Amino acid sequence: MKGIAGSKESNDCLITIESSVKRKIEINSIVGVFFYDQILKVVEDTLDEQGLHNVKVIVEDKGALDYTIKSRLLTAIERMREDV
Amino acid sequence: MFRSLLFIPGNNPSMLQNADVFLADAIIIDLEDAISIKEKDNARNLVHNYLTTSSVLPKQIVLRVNSIDTVWFKKDLDLLKTNKINYLLIPKVDSKTMIEVNEYLDAFLLNNNLDEIKIIALVETARGVTEIDKFAENKRLCAILLGAEDLTNDLEIKRTETNQEIFYARSKVIYACAANKLIAIDTPFTNINDLLGLEKDSDFSNSLGMKARACIHPNQLETVNRIYSPSNEEINWALEVFKAHQANPNVGAFQLKGKMIDKPIIERAKKIIEKAKLFNLM
Repeated sequence: MKGIAGSKESNDCLITIESSVKRKIEINSIVGVFFYDQILKVVEDTLDEQGLHNVKVIVEDKGALDYTIKSRLLTAIERMREDV
Repeated sequence: MFRSLLFIPGNNPSMLQNADVFLADAIIIDLEDAISIKEKDNARNLVHNYLTTSSVLPKQIVLRVNSIDTVWFKKDLDLLKTNKINYLLIPKVDSKTMIEVNEYLDAFLLNNNLDEIKIIALVETARGVTEIDKFAENKRLCAILLGAEDLTNDLEIKRTETNQEIFYARSKVIYACAANKLIAIDTPFTNINDLLGLEKDSDFSNSLGMKARACIHPNQLETVNRIYSPSNEEINWALEVFKAHQANPNVGAFQLKGKMIDKPIIERAKKIIEKAKLFNLM
């Protein structure tokens, strides 16, 4: 099962999520030096809210705000759940 | 009250995060034509999180939902639960869709314990134009926006920059709005690089009776705001009329600088002053 949402446009992010044996989060961000921890927290909080633990998430961030990251992740999760 | 309304695609984070700094009187967050079928869910999620977590939002937010005959309409309406949306822009309105939308909204607002919501009708079909008098009296309606691109497509005619082909539709919208105290909003001027063309066409539309204009690019806002605002000359005239009227409140008609002033002219002066105050022009 896999879900993808977002884009690599400025102020956006492309998020890929798929089933995994454990939670793994990979963040590639143009502002990662300053905001890695903040992006990681948004992703982890959202996964916790959704009760998802065994997933691999890749975030390719182009300067997205927190609500953009969260909404793209939620869409990717919905798409992953529909991908059966 | 509006002069300018700026369309922003609901799936564009860059535009959304700057929505509050544009000069528009209202922002139209678009979930319909600007969003491809595959991205409807993505846009809805983005708009939801934008509305619920942004600390600063535009003064007036309009949500253009998908039409009622689509599977997305009901999901789009769920965004009303954020309590951040001031108006719904309903596409392809005619008398039948207006009844259906209102019936659905009656139940939806009641079931979700939500406040009333105002509607802007997007009239963009030949049926919508011909039936405009039937739905313009609707209690939720506050404005009618003419959509010339879809309309000319429906008429199978070419859209030109002279806009002669939409004169009848513009007139229908203007008269229906004036008769029902609604705001007549003109169709966007689609050539975003032709600001002189925008100015000329907006001047003409304003002279016909359009009170506002939808915009598709931020660079159109300054021109549109200026043209659909009362000019300094009009504001000064209105203030003189109002002052003279206050000095002679019991006189039905009087002269001011050689011109007769009576009730309709005093009412017009009051409207200009109201508009000028609202848009911080005095």
